[in-house]
Order: sequence, then C-alpha cells, then structure tokens
Amino acid sequence: MQTIFFKNQPRIVATGTIAGPKECAGIVGKYVDKTLDDDTFGESTYEKAECKMLTFAARQAIKNGGGSEKETDMFISGDLLNQIISASFTARDFDFPFIGVYGACSTLAEAYALAATFIDGGYAKKIVAATGSHFSSAERQYRYPLELGNTRPPQSQWTVTGAGGAFIADTGSPIAITSATFGKVVDFGITDVNNMGAAMAPAACDTILTHLRDTGRKPTDYDLILTGDLGALGSRIVKDLTWEKGVDMQSNHVDCGEIIYKVIEDEFQGGSGAGCSAVVFNSYIYDKLKNRELNRVLLCATGALLSTVSSGQGESIPCICHAVSIENV
Amino acid sequence: MTGKNRENYNANYIAYVNSFDPPTHHLKNCLRAFLVGGFVCTIGQFLRYILEAAGLYGDELAGTVSVILIFLGCLLTGLGVYDRIGRNAGAGSIVPITGFANSVCSPAMEFKTEGLVYGMAAKMFIVAGPIIVYGVLAGTIVGIIYLFL
Amino acid sequence: MFSQYWDILFTFAKAFAVGGLICMIAQIVINFTDLTSGKILVIFMLAGVVLQGLGLYQYLVDFAGAGATVPISGFGYLLANGAIRGAQKGLFGAFTGALSAASAGVSAAVIFSFIMAMIFKAKSKKN
Repeated sequence: MQTIFFKNQPRIVATGTIAGPKECAGIVGKYVDKTLDDDTFGESTYEKAECKMLTFAARQAIKNGGGSEKETDMFISGDLLNQIISASFTARDFDFPFIGVYGACSTLAEAYALAATFIDGGYAKKIVAATGSHFSSAERQYRYPLELGNTRPPQSQWTVTGAGGAFIADTGSPIAITSATFGKVVDFGITDVNNMGAAMAPAACDTILTHLRDTGRKPTDYDLILTGDLGALGSRIVKDLTWEKGVDMQSNHVDCGEIIYKVIEDEFQGGSGAGCSAVVFNSYIYDKLKNRELNRVLLCATGALLSTVSSGQGESIPCICHAVSIENV
Repeated sequence: MTGKNRENYNANYIAYVNSFDPPTHHLKNCLRAFLVGGFVCTIGQFLRYILEAAGLYGDELAGTVSVILIFLGCLLTGLGVYDRIGRNAGAGSIVPITGFANSVCSPAMEFKTEGLVYGMAAKMFIVAGPIIVYGVLAGTIVGIIYLFL
Repeated sequence: MFSQYWDILFTFAKAFAVGGLICMIAQIVINFTDLTSGKILVIFMLAGVVLQGLGLYQYLVDFAGAGATVPISGFGYLLANGAIRGAQKGLFGAFTGALSAASAGVSAAVIFSFIMAMIFKAKSKKN
C-alpha cells in the first residue's frame, strides 16, 4: 500500500502566495496575497528574488493562519535551484527546524504530505510548508542566458515566477489533508528536455491510479483532480493514459500549468516549475475550497528529476508524482 | 511499468508522444528567417559601401564591417531587444555575425552576478566557445593541408 | 550615370538574397532537427571553413559581398582564408593564420560584451 491515511486529519489553516506580473495577469491575479510589479522584488539577483518570494510566502502563510513564528515547529521546503538554495536561505531567517526536500516541480505535494505525516503522528503541531520558483533563475540553471536570442520549441513550458506556502496544523480549519500517496519514480524514456509534459504524464498516471486503487475511490469522487505542471500536451496524455487503464477523468481533471497563464499560445504548453502548483493551489484552488465551491481535491504535483548534467549525458528523464487528497471535513 | 519491460513500453510511448508534436510553421519560419537574415546582410553591405567610400579596403574593410555589426549585436543584446527579435526571427538572427555577438554578450550579462572573473569572464563563451574551438581546429587543419599541397 | 545606381541596388539585392537564403537554410535545419543555436552556429561556421578549404566560398563572397561574409559561414571563410594564406609562408603561418584572421571579430565580441555586461543587467523575458 503506497497511500497513507491520516486519522487525525491535519488541517491546512491558511496559505500565503506571491506571484510575478505575468502570472497575475491570469486567473490567480485576484487571489494572491501579493503581486510583484517587478520580478526582481527589489533584489540585485533573481536568485535573491526567489528566496525573498519564498520567505514572503512562508511568513504570509503563518500570518494568515494567525500563528506566530515562535509557535511554528518546522519549515518544510524545497525549490528548483542547485542545492535548494532558496529554501535553505529562507530557512536561515527562521528560528525553527528546517527540512529541505527536493522533488523538482512536485515539491509542494511532497512537502504537504510530509507535513501531514509529522502532524498526524503527533511529532509536530504547526508546520509551514512552502515552495517557489523564478523564471529567470530556472532559465539560467536549466536552459540558456536570458538575453540569448534563441527560439523556444513549441513543446516548451514557461517556469512560473511565484511562491506559495501553507500553514498546516492539527486544528483550526475545515480543510484537511486526509491521505497522501507518495509516488514511484517512473521513466518512459523521454529524452527531450523541452517536452516535460510528456515525460511527467506517465508518473502522474501511475500515482493517480495507485491512489484511486488504494483508497477505493473513483475519479468522480473528487471535485477536482489537479495535476501540477503537465501543460496542455501532458494533460491530454495523462487523460489518455488513465483512460487506457479504465479510469475516466476527462471531466474533472485540471492542470495548474494549463490554467495559470492568460494567453496559452504565448507560453506554448503553459506554466511549469515548483511555483506553478504552489501559486495555483494556494491561491485560486484554496479559495474555492474555503468557499466550499470545491469539497474534495486531489493535488498531484509532478516533477521531472533531471539535471543539466544528466541530460547532457543523454539520460532519459525520470519523473515523479506525489498525490495529496485535500477535503472539506 | 517502471521495471523489467521498460524498453518495450518506451518505443510505443515515444511514438505515441511524437504523434502529438505540434505542427511547425515551416513557411512562416523560413520567410521570417529569410527577411531578417537578408536585412542584417544588407546593413553589412551598406556599411561596406560607406567604409569603402571612406577609403578602407581588403581585410581592413571586411574586419571593420564585422566589428560594427558585432557592436550592434552586443548593443541590442544589452538593451534587451535581441532576444525578442530572436524569438520571432529564428535562424535569421542566429546565423548572422550579430547572433555570434549575442551568444557572447548574453552569458556575459547573465553570469556577471557570479563575479567578474569566474562569473562573467569565465562563462562568457559557454555558448560561443565551440565556434572558436572548432573554427580554430578546422582552420588550422585546412592550413596544414594547404601546406602540403 | 543611371546604370551606376542600378549596380548599387543590384549589389544590395544580391546581399539580401544570399544572406537571407543562408539563414533560411539554417531555419530549415532547425525546423527538422531541433538543434540549438550554439550547434547551428558551429555547423554553419564549419560549412564555411570546408567550402573555403575547397575554394568554393570565395565565389559566393565575390558574388554577394556582405550577403556571404555577414552570416557565420563568412566567419568560417575568414578562418580558412587566413590559414591558407598563412600556409604560403610556412608551418608557423598555417598554425597562426586562422586565429589572426579572426582576431578582429573575437576581440570585438569580447570587448563589446564586457562593456555591455558592465552597463546592462540581464532582464527577464516578457514573452
């Protein structure tokens, strides 16, 4: 059994989000706590800006949840940069323990699942879990210099500039994490680093099917099956793959990357990055959960676990997907 | 799915994914590349005329034209315009010498934050370095072949 | 008098057409292979070296002027030409010829890039 059921149902008390100008022009604009007009956030480098965004999201989540930094037991976070510097440097400002996790773009679900596990087990009472990404720092690390005049292939996605976090505690909100499925690493042999959606879709499919099997639920039991950053192409593939296995989620599957940007044509397949699911879930979707427009959401954040070294050596892209079931109880 | 018969599944899956490939707009891309590339070369030709009238000739003339175009490429990169041209023009802005300038200038700007020595200076040629490496290699091979002819 | 203007216009047209065609070939290669800009530059530069090594690129330069020298294949032409000329002077010439011919371009790229990097900051892409 891959799925963990949380008997004490840890609650997502509040969230904190911040996003860049391009993201806020889209659907999440109304719901985020802070919109950046300038994506450097007043810092000298994009890495520092990413770190500051993450700090903001974590602090805002604690503040919105009515908690204080003194009472917080733990900070679980990760990001896309080498040695997860944004998360670690954010933790430098906090006076409580830090657990650094890396799951590429699946970090959000991984952090939530771990936080829920700690709280459910009674090892912690209040945990802040956050993650974020920045287009410009990710572009430098994984692709090319910003000013290089290259063309973007049509399969490529746009890394989201933004950060989001949640304040997770044992009580204090009707929104609970009821179960979590940690995913297996799945690799179907895609080597094209621009085609992340196709690489990650099998991982998403695997975790969703496992989750449904373990919980005995049908896709229709969820109001929404929310994948992280598969993009337009990846979403089609994941629907196809699950359909092939006899699971129909055509009607209630939504992808964060697909909906985050206003003009999908410009960003080709949509958004990606750790910040993608962090921003969309913690602002837009969380708001809908709070208003009870949605009551049961399966958050499946997907991540591509590659590095520039591995792709340079011709390795295929191993991918992972973690699922967290979030319900109004 | 993750285990033994991975190889088998892969071939099917990759073929399946490739069937989704968005269509490439060959005609539009090629036309843009042609127009932008042609335009840059026309500027080069224009510079040649002016400098020829100013009394330059031979290697000095060709060299000066390149230097001016490289300057323009670097300036547009610095102003943040070249990447936008490049997104639409494709090869039209990559292949002319201004594209070479762009591929030297953009890493220099990008990695300045990591220091002037190991950042900017060391990484200045991460994109354009291969051109010089293979250029010198191939050029020297040609030279040595001609030596024995 | 009139024909002189036609000549100039024709030269421009040739530069435009040949330069544009070289870029278009590169675009076709990109469309069919997804090669990145760095690899495209290397391939076209090598093509220039090989063609000039065979003595062919000179014809294109004579015909189209800047249309053949401005694309990166013209850089390859320059390298090969320098090496060939150096080879006439001996082994040392063959060894130094290529890079000395390209010195103006490389120096310009380094110097202007340094200046621009000092003045400007890399900005985030808008789209």
